[in-house]
Amino acid sequence: MRTLDLLANQIRYEQKLYWRSPSSAMFTFAFPILLLVIFASLNQGATIQALGGLSYNQYYVPGIVAFGVISACYSNLAIALCFRRDAGVLKRVRGTPLPPWIFMAGNIGSSLVVSALLVVLTTAAGVAFYGVVFPGRYGALILTLLIGAFCFCSLGLAITALIPVATGAPAIVNGLLFPILFISGTFYPVGSASWLGRIASVFPIRHFEQAIFTVFDPRAAGSGIELLPLAVMLLWGGAAMLVAIRGFRWEPLRK
Amino acid sequence: MDGLAAIAVSGLRKSYGAVEAVRDISFEVAPGEVFALLGPNGAGKTTTVEILEGYRRRDAGSVSVLGLDPEHGGVRLRERVGIVLQECGIEELLTPREVLERQAAYYPKPRPVEEVIGLVDLAEKARARIRTLSGGQRRRLDLALALVGDPDLIFLDEPTTGFDPQARRNAWDLIKRLGGLGKTILLTTHYMEEAQYLADRVAVIAAGRVVALGTPDSIGGRDTGATQIRFTLPDGRLPAELPVAARLDGGSVVIEAADPTRVLHVLTGWALERGIALGGLTVARRSLEDAYLGLVEPR
Repeated sequence: MRTLDLLANQIRYEQKLYWRSPSSAMFTFAFPILLLVIFASLNQGATIQALGGLSYNQYYVPGIVAFGVISACYSNLAIALCFRRDAGVLKRVRGTPLPPWIFMAGNIGSSLVVSALLVVLTTAAGVAFYGVVFPGRYGALILTLLIGAFCFCSLGLAITALIPVATGAPAIVNGLLFPILFISGTFYPVGSASWLGRIASVFPIRHFEQAIFTVFDPRAAGSGIELLPLAVMLLWGGAAMLVAIRGFRWEPLRK
Repeated sequence: MDGLAAIAVSGLRKSYGAVEAVRDISFEVAPGEVFALLGPNGAGKTTTVEILEGYRRRDAGSVSVLGLDPEHGGVRLRERVGIVLQECGIEELLTPREVLERQAAYYPKPRPVEEVIGLVDLAEKARARIRTLSGGQRRRLDLALALVGDPDLIFLDEPTTGFDPQARRNAWDLIKRLGGLGKTILLTTHYMEEAQYLADRVAVIAAGRVVALGTPDSIGGRDTGATQIRFTLPDGRLPAELPVAARLDGGSVVIEAADPTRVLHVLTGWALERGIALGGLTVARRSLEDAYLGLVEPR
């Protein structure tokens, strides 16, 4: 009970911090929405021949749903934690009786809240304004989102171990993210047999997007759950969590 | 003290790579005592304190904090300890009240947040974003965070470095009040006046070793050393005329007196007989600063 109270306490203050911080609110929250509006408006009515004439937005909006989760979990967590580490905030936390895992869980919980908001907003906007069909696979959607959040939160925690000082964090975090986002087919389809597609399929982003795409796909029968993408994300998430547990630093590098 | 000591450190050693930060440090702090580690920058004060706080592992020696080993004390120890780190950031977009309320929830028996805010005199800034606080106000917030869990023991690592004299005096009064609450306090400082004003006992640390240990009044033989009498003579009068041995230091005459009562009597008698005024006459024992500099000078 006390553990749950502490966790709720942490999430509450992480949320206050998130919404008061212009950089996180702008870059991790507004950015996915901005991308949705720009590309979905530009391609209103377009179709994709490679996908049997499917509307572009039926392809694109699920990708942005996935991107929202990646943004709220991976980018936000990694960058914010690096800056707080360099400022000494994390060192301060270690001097209190708060168990470190509850501090982490509070950060992850707050990212989940932001992710959930982004998913609801982007999906609703897609359905209301861009002709996207959501076939009501709520169970599959929640399962996929939870596994995706686990994977990308773990990656966000793990990558902090590779970032020496916070000023380098945005460049490293986004420099790794955006090339993979592009080759994973976030903005336009990339064939899985193409060499870019093959490289992309090593990383979890493409799998996450394909999993969400399947959940949204009105032509597909069945539950909308595909095991392979989920398994790849679990594998990446597990490996990243091990790196994070072993390599996470609570203090800035010694001068 | 031994079994009852709030802090017991013996033969402590710690190196960072080839740098020996702490070579051999031993001391004990009794419950309720205000104890200062005094030394120049790089003497090993912060390393020592951070080992006691559980942030670093020691290479050798034994350490006990409230009867526990800080390397393994975990939550049980942290619930009883308040920490003020040297220059340490905080979430600038929250308010003092918010960070205090968040932190209070970490402890089994916290002090009321309102009371702590009053104690450190932050009421007028309690609902302002922390980024609008001055350096002194932030340091008081650090103190408030260390206090809110109602700890038995408080670590203060250079609590007033960078303060102006007024802010320092205010912080001292606050720390005095904490001592008055019966808290054990271990503070580090490189200000001699701070150690003298606040501490019951002082360990002077230089190059990773304790070079002197005692009350601020006795450090470096201050209580047994010679008293210094200092004054100026009118133009035309030479120190050689004086009835006691003296030397010139700048424009002043200085007499080192082992028995100041007698020497002063002789000196002032001599001056009165001749109608000479001893300008700016002061009588002082060796200052803590002199004693300290004598101790920490590289040999």
